[in-house]
Amino acid sequence: MSKILMKGNEAIGEAAIRAGCLNYFAYPITPQSEVAEYLSRRMPEVGGVFLQGESEVAVSYMIFGAAACGERVFTTSSSPGISLMSEGISYIAGAQCPAVFVNIMRGGPGLGGILPSQADYLQATKGIGHGDFRMLVLAPASVQEAVEMVMMAFPLAEKYRNPVMILGDGLIGQMMEPVEFHDDLKVAPSNKDDWATNGMDTRGSDRRNLVKSLYLDPEELNAHNLHLKAKYEQMAREDVRYEAYNTDGDYEALIVSYGTMSRVCRTAIDMLKQEGVEVGMIRPQTVFPYPETAVREAAEKKSCKKVFAIEMNMGQMLEDVQRAVCGLRPVEWFGKCGGEVPTPEEVIDVVRPA
Amino acid sequence: MGKTFRKPEALADVPTHYCPGCTHGVIHRLVAEVIDELGIRGRTVGIAPVGCAVLCYNYFTFDFQESAHGRAPAMATGMKRVRPDLVVFTYQGDGDLASIGMAEIIHAANRGERFTTIFVNNAVYGMTGGQMAPTTMPDQRTTTSPFGRNVDEVGMPIKVAELLAALQTPAYITRQAAIKPKYIVKAKKAIKRAFTYQLERRCYSFVEVVSTCPTNWGLTPVEAVKWAEEQMLPYYQLGDLKTPE
Repeated sequence: MSKILMKGNEAIGEAAIRAGCLNYFAYPITPQSEVAEYLSRRMPEVGGVFLQGESEVAVSYMIFGAAACGERVFTTSSSPGISLMSEGISYIAGAQCPAVFVNIMRGGPGLGGILPSQADYLQATKGIGHGDFRMLVLAPASVQEAVEMVMMAFPLAEKYRNPVMILGDGLIGQMMEPVEFHDDLKVAPSNKDDWATNGMDTRGSDRRNLVKSLYLDPEELNAHNLHLKAKYEQMAREDVRYEAYNTDGDYEALIVSYGTMSRVCRTAIDMLKQEGVEVGMIRPQTVFPYPETAVREAAEKKSCKKVFAIEMNMGQMLEDVQRAVCGLRPVEWFGKCGGEVPTPEEVIDVVRPA
Repeated sequence: MGKTFRKPEALADVPTHYCPGCTHGVIHRLVAEVIDELGIRGRTVGIAPVGCAVLCYNYFTFDFQESAHGRAPAMATGMKRVRPDLVVFTYQGDGDLASIGMAEIIHAANRGERFTTIFVNNAVYGMTGGQMAPTTMPDQRTTTSPFGRNVDEVGMPIKVAELLAALQTPAYITRQAAIKPKYIVKAKKAIKRAFTYQLERRCYSFVEVVSTCPTNWGLTPVEAVKWAEEQMLPYYQLGDLKTPE
């Protein structure tokens, strides 16, 4: 199939359909409203469900209701909207239903701005809602990768019966790039009849299913949380994804960066190479589970004097980088969070050895 | 002579956690009888609220989902949109539906979602310990209105059925009561109509059921029935507010 030029938000919507997800509920918010606009036309063409909810809170429960029936379902939003959805995401994680949430991040806090940022890193990776739970979080660096991650997100959500988030900055949603859709959809055998409330007649069973997150007995709730913890540990064993750039030879510094910011860092690394300065990069593709072994091993290289966490926020992934590096190298942060993406020159000024 | 009265198949044979004199059990039974009579147990999914009835799935024998406070209509929307062949109902109390879930109920009703809501109104928050609800009667004492509901400060109780009936789209809106046999017989007919309209994919259907909470009202079960009839029914008048005919 040939490449087509598409806006990130529209490509994300199309990718979900190609992934076999024909159910979308959403509430408009800049900078990702084009997903809803695109799918309001596209879903009827493919016999799917499109519904604009009354709020992000309501949408998160529309997602919950549909997911609890065992149907593939997803929504898209941006930072303030994701905060409102975080209530429902906690219930979905507690009730162990698969669902996909896309956050096309803008600056904050509060209304912040509408331009690109990576200000929701900690929210997405450490604790998006109340209670003890995690999501698997994928961070695309291009429109093509956003498409691939959307395709990958549904099987991952089903594998873990857990919400999966695509964490993209505003640029991923707003820019146009050539994309290719691979129609090699793989549908794993589903175990949804064991848990989904899809009606006893549907699964030809006399045993009813119950989707819930309430465990009043303290031992039962503890056991439930241990079971959830085991899933997050399995994610760390089986589904860490990252890309290493310019790390084969020696390098004086290591950059850790993700999303759009990592593409600027890549340009900076190429420019520094022309000056004869070698800098390596680890680009996390999953930010939860975090590629901490890869970051640590890259930082441990003898030639590497310093590690830089570079992101479009005030130093959020920095904490994960520090945790991975374990004090073996100094770790510095550089970033901006007003909506401007730092330029390669700004990155070079920060990482170029004195 | 054979058995003439038995437990509906849709109702589980388990001890109740509800307080003595609580009418949830009566309403559960009415729902279960209707589901049996319509033969829809195998394709029905209920949605439990937050409140005393959060555990209502323990008393039914078909698929159930547990919602968050007030969000049951949004969950039902999600389910019914992706599986229109399922029969879906929300079972919600007045703190859940009329306070924190007001946005969800109004918009689900206004979209004409093809599910059914059973709205149990006992004028008080039950599970959290008898606090004031939007439906609490004027001067009614609760744990957060210890001197009685002061309508100058918090307004008059919300009549949810009338509020929803003001919308153009929702077509079956009725208020019933579960406090005496004469009301209970009518309530069952209304619940059956509500599920029937859903099966016919005709409209959103809403059945408010005036109910009691002897524990939080500080009354005996018998006094509670009397209080509901004398204090609540003149304000929450029974009958159909809208029918699709």
